Amino acid sequence: MAGAGRSEGVTVARPVIEIENLTRVYQMGETEVRALDGISLTVESGEFLAVMGPSGSGKSTFMNIVGCLDRPTAGRYVLEGVDVSGLDRDERASIRNDKIGFVFQSFNLLSRTNALENVELPLLYSAKSKITEEQARAQAMKCLERVGLGPRWDHTSAQLSGGQQQRVAIARSLVNNPAIVLADEPTGNLDSKTSEEVMAIFQELNDEGKTVVLITHEPDISEHAKRIVTFRDGRILSDVPVTARRVATRAAASASPA
Amino acid sequence: MTKTGNILKVAFRALSRNKLRSLLTALGIIIGVACVVATIGIGEGARLQAENQLKSLGTNFLMIFPGTTTSSGARTGWGGSSRLSSDDVDALRRDVSSLSYVSATIRTVAQVIYGNQNWSTSIQGGEVDWPLIRSWSLASGQFFTDQDNRSASKVCVLGQTVKTNLFGDEDPIGKSIRIKNIPFRVVGVLESKGGSTMGQDQDDIVIAPYETVRKKIMGTTAVGAILASASSNELVARAQEEITSLLRQRHRINKAAGQDDDFMIRSQTEMLNQAEEQSRTMSALLWSIAGVSLLVGGIGIMNIMLVSVTERTREIGVRMAIGAKGGDIRAQFLVEAVVLAVTGGAVGIALGIGIQRTVARFAGWPVSVQANAIWLAFVFSALVGIAFGFYPALKASRLDPIEALRYE
Repeated sequence: MAGAGRSEGVTVARPVIEIENLTRVYQMGETEVRALDGISLTVESGEFLAVMGPSGSGKSTFMNIVGCLDRPTAGRYVLEGVDVSGLDRDERASIRNDKIGFVFQSFNLLSRTNALENVELPLLYSAKSKITEEQARAQAMKCLERVGLGPRWDHTSAQLSGGQQQRVAIARSLVNNPAIVLADEPTGNLDSKTSEEVMAIFQELNDEGKTVVLITHEPDISEHAKRIVTFRDGRILSDVPVTARRVATRAAASASPA
Repeated sequence: MTKTGNILKVAFRALSRNKLRSLLTALGIIIGVACVVATIGIGEGARLQAENQLKSLGTNFLMIFPGTTTSSGARTGWGGSSRLSSDDVDALRRDVSSLSYVSATIRTVAQVIYGNQNWSTSIQGGEVDWPLIRSWSLASGQFFTDQDNRSASKVCVLGQTVKTNLFGDEDPIGKSIRIKNIPFRVVGVLESKGGSTMGQDQDDIVIAPYETVRKKIMGTTAVGAILASASSNELVARAQEEITSLLRQRHRINKAAGQDDDFMIRSQTEMLNQAEEQSRTMSALLWSIAGVSLLVGGIGIMNIMLVSVTERTREIGVRMAIGAKGGDIRAQFLVEAVVLAVTGGAVGIALGIGIQRTVARFAGWPVSVQANAIWLAFVFSALVGIAFGFYPALKASRLDPIEALRYE
């Protein structure tokens, strides 16, 4: 509750995400599947949005388009003032690198690669500015410390627990200072205690002003957000603010040596 | 942050993850490149060796053999009765101005005895010009004289091999040896000349005056072959023409009427060409092996890269999600294929040099490591990597990030 009040002060002239009449149609042989059927949505800077819905509701399609992995069939998607609906593959790759931080259900860290190198990876593909190897290292290290894994920078994913791997993935999503952090079922592979720790990190990031979009099907997890959008059959069923927000703490997590 | 450095690092890491697989994949390239390096090196070594040996025959060397003869309709080539005579030798010496030295020769094989030692060797009859034609100097003593030849004196000069086998460390000059039970006085010892192009030991020889060998040892009138040397390299061709026309005239051969020459002339140049022709055939064979190996190696690389792309679909998806463009993914897999091929190439170069050294040592050839062979091998393996790595890399770069992320 306290967190929700604090971030309300951060206001930017333009919303981070402006979606108008967004439609995505898949051609499955003879039949057309309307995965998204003309949805409109606006997300302001500093919001913490949870996207809910059963499988087949269109929330994955929504996430793919918001994450610039996919293009809408019709409609407009404006990200930080840039219309990204018509961009080609390579342009979308640049946008993903620059403006979107992905966190996946299965962590998706590179195996046999240490935590620091995993976090550095987006910088390798960054076209923004040429930074030195030392600067990249320092920037990645800062993000690792941010999620409490500074001392474990040289551990490979095999040497880290699930919760730690997900924290490395969050650090990776932050390294290019993206406009939004897009988390797809980030707690789906974690137990409830570890899930709590991971949600605490998202809440902290949001408190610091980061816009977070969380895709989940678990009601408890969605209640960590400030606003819940529920999808059904490719349409928005409900869009409500969270009244009784859950606040996660990671005091136990950072103290425990795992 | 250096992108290239990182791509190289990732490529090496990916390849070292499956060391055995990488090695087996690179094997085709290794064999192909080793073949290229060994071929060029061995070919060059053999060519140098042949050249040296042919030079050791003597400079501007010419040899006239008895050739095809026709007697009562039966044609015979090499091995037929010789129609070269002492008079022909004298005529060549007198009338062919482009020749500086001429010597009649004849040879047989006989047992040579000194004390309780004996040795079977080639007995060569020659005239005083013989050592000059062969550019062969004496280690000790002196060569026999023209007078020795005319009076068929029983004197001889020994090759190093014969000297060692009969005399060991003893000084043979002035000693008497027996050839076919005839005593010969040793007047000189030749310097060592080593093996010939055909691998024969040139030092396994006893040389005695032509007339002595012809009359006393062989009892014949025929001349075995005539050795000559042209006054200069430029005159070799002219000398050949002059000898041909002189001998045709003397032997009454009417070439226009379709009669065959009853002699053959071989020059050093022709023998060199022949040796080169042989080494070219050998090279062509090895080159084709190298080509096939490189092709098979390339296909192996393509195969393993396709497997690697499939195995790492998820990784490709992650890289694309966090901002890798198609070109980045393509570069990564292409570099991996090139690193695999070039590493194989480097191992192949080392192996090729090893093979070349070994062959050269056993054959007694000069070692010749060719810098251009190494470059060629490097370029070849890199090209194979690019050619066969391109399709898998393209395939990787065209993956759909959503599908790739979902890949299990």
